[in-house]
Amino acid sequence: MKSEKITKIVLLVTAGLIILIAAGMAYSLFGGAMPVFQKFGLKFIISSDWNPTEGRESYGAMPFIAGTLLTSLLALLICFPFAFSTSLFIGEYYRGKKIGSILGTLVDLLAGIPSIVYGLWGFYVLKPLIVNLGINQHGLGIFTASLILAIMIIPYATSLSNEIISLVPNELKEAAYSLGATRREVITNVILPSAGSGIVAGYVLALGRALGETMAVTMLIGNANIIPDDLFGMGNTMASVIANQFGEAEGLKLSALIAIGLLLFLITALVNFLGKLIMKKLYS
Amino acid sequence: MNEAIIKINDPLISIENLSVAYEQGKYAVKDVGAGIKKKSITAIMGPSGCGKSTLLRAINRLHELYPDIVVEGDIYLNGNNIFQMSAIALRRKIGMVFQRPNPFPTMSIYDNVMAGYKLNGKSLKKDRKDEIVEKSLKEVTLWNEVKDALYNKGNFLSGGQQQRLCIARALAYKPDVILMDEPTSALDPVATSKIEDLLVELKKDYTIVLVTHNMSQAARISDYSMFMYMGELIEYGETSGIFSTPVDKRTEAYLTGKFG
Amino acid sequence: MIITKGMVLSDIKLEKRRKLKDRIFQFMVIGFSVIAVIPLLLIIGKLVKEGVGQINFDFFTRTAPNTMEAMVAVNNNETIPGGIANGITGSLLMVVMASVMAIPVGVVTGVYLSEFGNSKFAGLVRSIADILQGVPSIVLGVIAYLWVVKHITSGYSALAGSVALAIMMLPLIIRSTEETLKMIPVTYKEAAFALGVPYHKVIYKVLIPSGLSGLLTGILLAISRVLGETAPLLLTALGSSMITLDITEPVSAVPLLIWDFYNDPNMVSLIWSSSLFLMGFVLFLNIMAKRIAKKWKIQ
Repeated sequence: MKSEKITKIVLLVTAGLIILIAAGMAYSLFGGAMPVFQKFGLKFIISSDWNPTEGRESYGAMPFIAGTLLTSLLALLICFPFAFSTSLFIGEYYRGKKIGSILGTLVDLLAGIPSIVYGLWGFYVLKPLIVNLGINQHGLGIFTASLILAIMIIPYATSLSNEIISLVPNELKEAAYSLGATRREVITNVILPSAGSGIVAGYVLALGRALGETMAVTMLIGNANIIPDDLFGMGNTMASVIANQFGEAEGLKLSALIAIGLLLFLITALVNFLGKLIMKKLYS
Repeated sequence: MNEAIIKINDPLISIENLSVAYEQGKYAVKDVGAGIKKKSITAIMGPSGCGKSTLLRAINRLHELYPDIVVEGDIYLNGNNIFQMSAIALRRKIGMVFQRPNPFPTMSIYDNVMAGYKLNGKSLKKDRKDEIVEKSLKEVTLWNEVKDALYNKGNFLSGGQQQRLCIARALAYKPDVILMDEPTSALDPVATSKIEDLLVELKKDYTIVLVTHNMSQAARISDYSMFMYMGELIEYGETSGIFSTPVDKRTEAYLTGKFG
Repeated sequence: MIITKGMVLSDIKLEKRRKLKDRIFQFMVIGFSVIAVIPLLLIIGKLVKEGVGQINFDFFTRTAPNTMEAMVAVNNNETIPGGIANGITGSLLMVVMASVMAIPVGVVTGVYLSEFGNSKFAGLVRSIADILQGVPSIVLGVIAYLWVVKHITSGYSALAGSVALAIMMLPLIIRSTEETLKMIPVTYKEAAFALGVPYHKVIYKVLIPSGLSGLLTGILLAISRVLGETAPLLLTALGSSMITLDITEPVSAVPLLIWDFYNDPNMVSLIWSSSLFLMGFVLFLNIMAKRIAKKWKIQ
C-alpha cells in the first residue's frame, strides 16, 4: 500500500528528528567544551581556579560542582519530611477525600510558580528572615539556596509518591489492621516497604530537577566562585555561573562555561537515568 | 472437496486454501476453502478461539493492521483476487460491523452515517448527503428515533441503537458484502432480536457473513452455516441441514453443547 | 486501644505508648503537610499585596521604562511610568514560534510512539525524549546559543530563544500525545480502516480528533512551563526595550523584564506586579489544562 508506506516513513522520520536533536546537542556541547579540556585536561573538573585574566587564564569546575551537589542534596534532605508527609496525607490519611485532593492541587500549584518568582520571594522575604534569625550575615549562601530549592522540589518528590502510596493494595493494609496495628505501624511496616522503591524514584527525579535549577539559586547563593567551607557560606552552582557569566564570555572562558554545561548535562542525565531505572524495576 | 463442505454455485466470495498465522507456525486458520452465496446470511460459528473472527477479518484484509500476521491462500470477491487489489479499494466494497458498537465519538449521528464518505474525503452535495443519511437510517429502522437529533453525537443512544447506527454507516457506502463480528453479543435480548430481524430484511439486498458465538442465532437467521474448530472448517452447509443432521461428529458435539 | 483480659500493667502501658506514637505521627504528618503548602500562600499573598496596585491599563500597553525615567520618578516619589508590553509581546512571539516548531514534531512523534511503540527504534526515541525532558533549561540555552546566536542570527535573537523553548516543549508534547492516543480504544481505528480509509487519514481524521482534549492538555502544560522560564532566555533572547516582531533581533520576555527590574535599583519596585502577572497567567494555564484533562478522562 503505497500511501500507507509513505505515512509510516513520515512517522518514522519525524520520530527520528528527536534523536538528531539529541545527537546535535551532544556534538555541540562536546565540541564547545573541547578547547578547555585540551588545555587543562581532566584537571578542569577538580580544579578550583577561576581566573579570566588574559595571559593567565585558568578555569576549574570544582566550586560549581560542589555548589550544585551541596545545594541539591541539602534541598533533598530538607524537603524530605515535608514531601513525605504530604504524600501520606494525600495518598493514605485523606485518600479520596476532598481535603486530600485540595492539598494535592495546592502542591501541584507549587510546581507552577516560575523559578524567578521563587528567587524574588526568597530574596525579599526569606533572606531578611534568615538574617534576622542570625543564621547568616547576609542571608545568602548554600543554606538559603537549599531552602528555596527544597520548597521548589516538593511537588516533584510527592507526585510520584502519592500515586505509589495510594496503590498499595487494601488487602495488605487490612491484614495489618486486623492484627491490631495502629495507623503509623501500618504505614511503617506495610505501606513503606511496599511503596519503597517508587518513593525513592520520586526523590531521585526531584534531585534531577534541583540540580538544574538556575534562577532561584543564582539569586540566593551569593555567587562566590569558591568551594564553600560550611553550609552557611556562599558559593556558586554550575547553572548559576553559566547564567551569570555567559553573556560576555569568549574564547577559553566560553569553552569553560560550555564544559560546565556539559558536566551539568551529564550529571543530570545520570541522576534521571537512575531514577528511571528504579522505576522500571518497580513496575516489572 | 469433502462432503461436509457444501459447494456453492456462483459464489460472491470464494475462499481457497486460506491459512492465517499470528506467529511462526501458530495457525489460527488452517487451509479453509468455502464459497459464500450472494444475498444470503452465512453464519460462522464455533467455540472460542476456533478462528472464526480471524477468518472473517481476512475477508476485508483487516488483519493487515497487525504486521506480524501471515496469510497464505487466496480469497476472491466477484472473481477478483482480493490480495491483488488495493486494500483500501477492497474495504470500500465491504462493510464491517464490530462486536462492541463503535460510532465515532467525535462525530454527530449524521456524520457517522456519512463517515465512509467523510473520512475518505468524498464530498457530496448536501441534498445527496441528506438522502443517503435518511435512506440508510430507514434501512436500519433508526430513522424515526433519531431524525430530530441528527446533529447530536451518538452517545445518548442505547447499545442496540448504536449498533444499528454502525450498520447504517456500513450500508451508506453501498457495500457488496457486510461482515459482522458477533454484532449482538454486547447487546440485551430485545436489542438483539431487533437486529436479527433487521438482518433478515437486509439479506434481500446484501450478502451478509456473520460470526456468532450463539448457535441459536445462527439457527434462527442464517441460510448457510459454517462450523469451525481449532482453525479448521469442519462443516459447511445449509443451516437447516447442519442443525438437523450434522455430518461430522465434532459438529454434532458442538451443537449438542458438549463443548463451548 | 485493645485491652484484653489477662493483660498486665506493662502491656497496657505498651498499648498506651503505641497509641501515643500513632497520634504524634499523624499530627506530624498533618503539620508538615500544612507547612509544605504555606510558601505557596505566602508567595501568592506577597505578590498580590505588592503587585496588585500597579496593574492597570498602562501595565499592558506601555513598554518598560528605562533606568533614567525610573530614577526620576523614584526621586520625585511618583509611580514609575511604563508597563511590560514589550515583555508580553516578546513572550508571545517566542512561545508562538516555539509552538510552531514543537507541536507538529511532538504530536507526530507521539503518534509514531503510540502506533509502533514496541519496536526497538521506538524504545530509543522514548528514552531520548526522557533524557531531553531532564535537561536543565540553562543547558538548552547554551545549545540555542551555539546553534542560533552563533551560527544563524549572529547575535541574540527571538529565534534563538524560541529554539530553546521548543526543545523544552518537545518531550512534554511527545509524552502526553503518546499517552493520550494509547488510551483510545483500538476499535475506532479498526472501524475507520474497515471503511477503506487510508492510514494517514485514519490518523488525522479519527485518532487525533478523538484524542484532542488530551493533546490540548499536554500542549497547554508545555506552554505554561516555558512561559515562566528565564534562564535560557538570558543566553538567547537577551531582552530589548522595543516591541518588535523581528525574529533575528533580541527581544524581551516577561521573565526577562522581571530580571532586568530586579537588577536595577531604580526599577525594583516593578518586580511585584510583573511577577503577579506572570505567575497568575502560568497558574491560569495550568488550571485550564487540568480541567480539560479531567473533562476528557470522564468521557
